[in-house]
Amino acid sequence: MKRIERVNDFVVRFANVNGSGSASANNLFAKAIFRLGVPVSPKNIFPSNIQGLPTWYEVRVSEQGYLARRGGFDFVVAVNGQTLLRDYRELSPGGYFLYDSTRELNEEFDRSDVIPIPIPLTDLCNTAFENPKLRQLLKNIIYVGSLAYLIHLDFAVLTDAVNQQYRKNPKLAEPNIKALEIGFAYARDHHPDTCKLRVEKTDRIGDKILMNGNSAFALGAIYAGATVVGWYPITPSTSVVEAFEKYTTMFRVEADSGRRKAAILQAEDELAALGIVIGASWNGARAFTSTSGPGISLMSEFFGLAYFAEIPAVVLDVQRTGPSTGMPTRTQQSDLLSCAYASHGDTKHVLLFPCNPRECFDFAADAFDLAERLQTPVIVMSDLDLGMNDHISPPLHWDDNRTYDRGKVLSAEDLESRQEQWGRYLDVDGDGICYRTYPGTHPTKGSYFTRGTSHNEYSGYTEESPIYQAGMERLLLKWQTARHLVPAPRIKIRDGKSRLGTIFFGSTTQAAYEAIGDLALQGLWINSLRLRAFPLNDEVADFINRHETIFVIEQNRDGQLRTLLINEGDFPPEKLLKVLSFDGLPITAACIAAKIGALLQEKPQQSKDGGTA
Amino acid sequence: MSTDRPIFRHPQATKNSAGFSRKDYEGAISTLCAGCGHDSATNAIIQACFELAILPHRVVKMSGIGCSSKTPAYFLGRSHGFNSVHGRMPSIATGANMANRDLLYVGISGDGDTASIGMGQFAHALRRNLNLTYICMNNGCYGLTKGQDSATADRGSAGKKGVPNPYSAIDLCELAIELGASYVARGFSGDKQQLVPLIKGAFSHSGLAFIDVISPCVTFNNTSTSTKSYEYVREHIDSTNTFDFIPLQQEILAHYPEGTSQDVLMHDGSVLHLHKAESSKDVTSRRRAVDSLEEEKAKGRLLTGLLYVNQDIMETHDIINSTLRPLNTLKEADLCPGNAALKKIMEGLR
Repeated sequence: MKRIERVNDFVVRFANVNGSGSASANNLFAKAIFRLGVPVSPKNIFPSNIQGLPTWYEVRVSEQGYLARRGGFDFVVAVNGQTLLRDYRELSPGGYFLYDSTRELNEEFDRSDVIPIPIPLTDLCNTAFENPKLRQLLKNIIYVGSLAYLIHLDFAVLTDAVNQQYRKNPKLAEPNIKALEIGFAYARDHHPDTCKLRVEKTDRIGDKILMNGNSAFALGAIYAGATVVGWYPITPSTSVVEAFEKYTTMFRVEADSGRRKAAILQAEDELAALGIVIGASWNGARAFTSTSGPGISLMSEFFGLAYFAEIPAVVLDVQRTGPSTGMPTRTQQSDLLSCAYASHGDTKHVLLFPCNPRECFDFAADAFDLAERLQTPVIVMSDLDLGMNDHISPPLHWDDNRTYDRGKVLSAEDLESRQEQWGRYLDVDGDGICYRTYPGTHPTKGSYFTRGTSHNEYSGYTEESPIYQAGMERLLLKWQTARHLVPAPRIKIRDGKSRLGTIFFGSTTQAAYEAIGDLALQGLWINSLRLRAFPLNDEVADFINRHETIFVIEQNRDGQLRTLLINEGDFPPEKLLKVLSFDGLPITAACIAAKIGALLQEKPQQSKDGGTA
Repeated sequence: MSTDRPIFRHPQATKNSAGFSRKDYEGAISTLCAGCGHDSATNAIIQACFELAILPHRVVKMSGIGCSSKTPAYFLGRSHGFNSVHGRMPSIATGANMANRDLLYVGISGDGDTASIGMGQFAHALRRNLNLTYICMNNGCYGLTKGQDSATADRGSAGKKGVPNPYSAIDLCELAIELGASYVARGFSGDKQQLVPLIKGAFSHSGLAFIDVISPCVTFNNTSTSTKSYEYVREHIDSTNTFDFIPLQQEILAHYPEGTSQDVLMHDGSVLHLHKAESSKDVTSRRRAVDSLEEEKAKGRLLTGLLYVNQDIMETHDIINSTLRPLNTLKEADLCPGNAALKKIMEGLR
């Protein structure tokens, strides 16, 4: 039998029971690889459950820097009895099966093409540690120690990480290091020369960081000056507000009073969460909410109000698998259309598509500027994979010269010196954006009545058709202004003569670039456009027009980005081909490359709706 | 469509201490039906603002959807207003209040807006004790959609269509007391003498002041079979108390026999001076307040007046310990930690 033999290029899967404290042990492992300068991409594949159900943690190690989920696994740490057989069967041929040999495997575990690595984790743990609570946690640390030996992971990196984690409480570091040593020693004594996977120190990380998108967005909101948050708990967005709250403790507590320069309110539902944001933004504070698909559905009513009454609102949608409650702990990019056109009547909303934590941070800050400049909702479209998993990312950076763009707001002095009559919905400079005032600004000037009913240029109620229609058309003019303000796409022309292009966005990015690289090795050169915002900038049309065929890669069933492109750009549907993945797991390069390959085989007899899924 | 009033002001019109005449607190001309109770409630709000010499531009008026929610257009024309969506006034008011705690927030809602579609938001604004005067103009029916029963309509009461309401009524005042409101009153749009001081008390209250104003719908629910008609309410009204609202600067002049009056000191230093019909009705007791409402209801009477007040419950900003400065006045220097701090965080992520 041939053992899988690779250096800095493999996938380890940890199969655990949810709620057993495995996450911190598995993180420790991923962090150690990161600190060895080797690109690493951990994916937590967890259940909608607090305790008891199976959970997996997949760590891809890739010196080449491929950070998408790869699919398949070469090494499994199988410590969940419920999934033991499944983890065993799904292991790649030639792979390694580390399991808790305190209980013997039954006869079903009969593969001859995998390498069993029995380690009596429970026995080792119970012998070494008394405290029953600690036992459960340290059992996980023991397998990390064993793994370190097996793949030649520099042990000092692990102990350093543990010491750093418990630097404020060194007493806790002690048992953790002991557990690591126990695991390491057992593997050394019983399984020498067993595993042909190796981690070797390199320098492929540079100044990059390992961070999740939700924390990055929260920091961006802090830096952008957000002060009011209305929110409702929902996976996978909850950790955004938790992080924001943590950062307000760090940065927003007044030294003299101990009071906080922020108001965070857990609302009764998502309707109220967005209502709080709209009320606060209307009154001149920067406010945001974070949610997921089910919350977007509930917020639709308020999106329409904010669009029509022209009130800034920043919303982060950490998308998960729909429809309905769907798979709450799995990822997807399936809220695109419901966000782009949220609410009844003619509405359109600005969307931003970050692809890594750095962009989650940058786009958080940009979202506040755009929302206030355009006086409209801006929705940042993250997803569970980007938001909750750790990603290698360029470090976050804030330009200290940057000031907040608060948009067109009249001060008391502006109102005092103004000659012409002010109208809240009067477009005086032709960009579709009008001047607004905050309540309490001036004793006699600048007050107005905000309403979701149709209004004239002076915010009075109207049922006059031409006035209503002119207002709706002005909103379209504002939409045109938005096209020039939102972040431009990132275009890569690999071959100027290639007639093939791809368009993708957000967390699909890493897998898409990897697939494009793989296809290039086969001689197929595909240009790419990474979309970063809606409305569509001019570059999108140029890119689509210069190619014969465009593969639109996204993580949903219906090709929502493709629909958006056809609807907004009038592009011929037959040239936009769907490349889709919607199983709830982060998309892989293999999936993309296979589907593009299949579509090229089918051509030119492609189906009318743009090909296959 | 609302129409602006003529801007002419009588030169000798009385002015309050802020230099405003009563007209300065008015809004556009009402488009509600002639005789609508809501117009009387609107007038009481105007009167309360005038008497308290409130600066109009320091008031924010908000509402949901319905006849009642149209009224913010008819008072305080110099204030910012926000007519939001159905049942969602409390969340908009919450956000606005979080952004600037220094303004006076007046929320107008109706019985459909509050007791049905907006019940959740109503309940949660109460339990957070948002610093807001919440006035519900309660007519027991949906006026704008032509008279359907609302959730506050009494069982057996019949409006214009003549069909008795088969469901039990939600008593918003009892609910408010139970949900943690710190100021709960019931008024009648036909009794301005009582309503104006109730509103003035609400304005000086720190926290959520809820006033349920029984405000008959003359078009759809003013029939002889309705329990929300002018006639019925007048015949069945009972009052916990009559009272004076005494602003901070004024001295209490009236004196009443011991045992029949109760003073409540408000946060801003004003005093509510209550003349009680019965000495047992202590408005600072939550249990007594609910008991009184139930006792009167059992007798077929409608209890009005100040029902409950508690000055010890913290308002939202103090519960969450937010800064005393209005959040909407904070600038980059107050809010942005700068790149050096970010670099430190980055070190921890390597």
